[in-house]
Amino acid sequence: MRTDTHTPPFVVSTHTRASQIAAVLAVALVAVLIFLPFFAGRGLIQDMFFILTMLVLAQFWNLLAGYGGMVSIGQQAFVGMGAYAMFGGVILAGMDPIPAILLGGLAAVIVAIPTAFFAFRLQGPYFAIGTWVIAEVMRLSMAQVKALGGGTGTSLPRSATREMWATDWIATVFDVRNSAARDILTYWLALALAAATIAAIYALLRSKPGLALSAVRDNPEAAKSVGVDAGRMKWFVFLTSAFGTGLAGALIYVQKARISPDAAFSVTDWTAYVLFIVIIGGIGTIEGPIIGVIVFFLLQSLLADYGSWYLFTLGIIGIVVMLVAPRGLWGLITDKTGIQLFPVRRRLSGGALDT
Amino acid sequence: MPILELKNVSKSFGQLKVTDDVSFSVPEGQALGIIGPNGAGKSTLFNLITGNILSDAGSIAFQDRDVTRVPAMQRCFAGVGRSFQIPQPFDNLTVFENLLVAAMHGRNQSQKEVQQACAQILEQTELLPVANKPAAGLSLLQRKRLEMARALATDPKLLLLDEIAGGLTDAECVALIDTIKSVHARGVTIIWIEHVLHALTSVVERLLVLDFGKVIGIGAPDEIMNRQDVREIYLGIEV
Repeated sequence: MRTDTHTPPFVVSTHTRASQIAAVLAVALVAVLIFLPFFAGRGLIQDMFFILTMLVLAQFWNLLAGYGGMVSIGQQAFVGMGAYAMFGGVILAGMDPIPAILLGGLAAVIVAIPTAFFAFRLQGPYFAIGTWVIAEVMRLSMAQVKALGGGTGTSLPRSATREMWATDWIATVFDVRNSAARDILTYWLALALAAATIAAIYALLRSKPGLALSAVRDNPEAAKSVGVDAGRMKWFVFLTSAFGTGLAGALIYVQKARISPDAAFSVTDWTAYVLFIVIIGGIGTIEGPIIGVIVFFLLQSLLADYGSWYLFTLGIIGIVVMLVAPRGLWGLITDKTGIQLFPVRRRLSGGALDT
Repeated sequence: MPILELKNVSKSFGQLKVTDDVSFSVPEGQALGIIGPNGAGKSTLFNLITGNILSDAGSIAFQDRDVTRVPAMQRCFAGVGRSFQIPQPFDNLTVFENLLVAAMHGRNQSQKEVQQACAQILEQTELLPVANKPAAGLSLLQRKRLEMARALATDPKLLLLDEIAGGLTDAECVALIDTIKSVHARGVTIIWIEHVLHALTSVVERLLVLDFGKVIGIGAPDEIMNRQDVREIYLGIEV
């Protein structure tokens, strides 16, 4: 093989100037958001909780579909199972709701294993419909569990919500009632979960398994022939996505404090809206769901009073974006500006490229 | 010592027997060409050797190890690299990333350990100018080169090339032959399916002829190409 000893060595880089600025701004933004409860009203805190939890759900669906190539419409299964596991831990085992959130993630992984066993035998649209059917089975199953309210649902015990970890301290520091303190606590947890989710997915995509994941999405047979364990990558992504979605589901229902099978396993709330967010923002990018959730929240705020017209408008906007900008709003922005805030491309330079 | 040995390998898709009791071996360091009419089962034979599909009967040994039921990923680790007849790049990755994923996983090494080697393979296969372009935007020639470059990135002991010269101009073909010869000169065993006979016979030391899934001849290129049955079956020449 020819090598020229006089040419400089090849260099591989992933950072861009925009990404370095974005990293600094992201740290500053998280710092500002940590202190938001000191100067924001309860309404804004609740809105931010909604945005952050939907962002987490969108990032995990994007990991599954955008990077893993597994288009699921059954993510509500993991939101619902995560939420019900948290309720089970509180009502049946007497746990505090905050540590019980971890049970939500664990339960989602446990149900994801048999789900994957069946769903991985299906391809494309059959996989999508299969995951939806499994989620419906879980909804109907939870409706039979009388200890957790059966079909009509139940609420967290008043003692559990009143004595929730750290709420007394928050109520004292902010001089607010217990329910407002719970909103602040769940907001902080949502912020931590969103920041950790984005950081973890970004780290994954820049790693060796992340590169393999992209290869499997593009061509599983070719990936196998270059030594990639395509099956293990699919399992890893599916279970990771289920874990994160289960945590988010449990957290959402700590804040709501009331659950029913229809709400916790809602395909509209936990999958259709999430799909809209990712598709509008840009599938297969970390930036896409961030843009998408902001657009979704603004549309919801503007159109909330228009009933079913709201859903109709969301559908029309989704179709128009898919036709005009198949890579979403972030795709349009990067096409015009070339900016990447979370670059994962490994760029080769140096060597004969510089001569 | 043979690096690869097939014994009585058969494969059917439904009622159609596409590989029929195939047996042959390839000594280490040799270049073997495979020819045969379209539909003879050449690419299926490659898929059986790489583990992309598993055989119904018979055995396949690679470096004296029985790999008949071993999956494609493990055969790649053992040293089997391949190109696909219809190029199968990872479209959303850049050309360089296509090689990185193959080198990091095929050799089980880190990015730092393989990045210089990948860049040198890009140089060798004349893909360096498009290293940072997504593979989806490549021309046919570049896609064919990428197929070979990606297989080389796994550092194979046995390289399987599937119609890599098809559709190339004469000049492009000469450049490709030079690259294949230099790979072969490093001791890499090559099995090459090709319809461009002058390209094939300028590299390989033996030819195998396949027809309806059966081996109908194997030997020195001159001897094989002068056989009456081969000329009738493959070249369509009435003798």
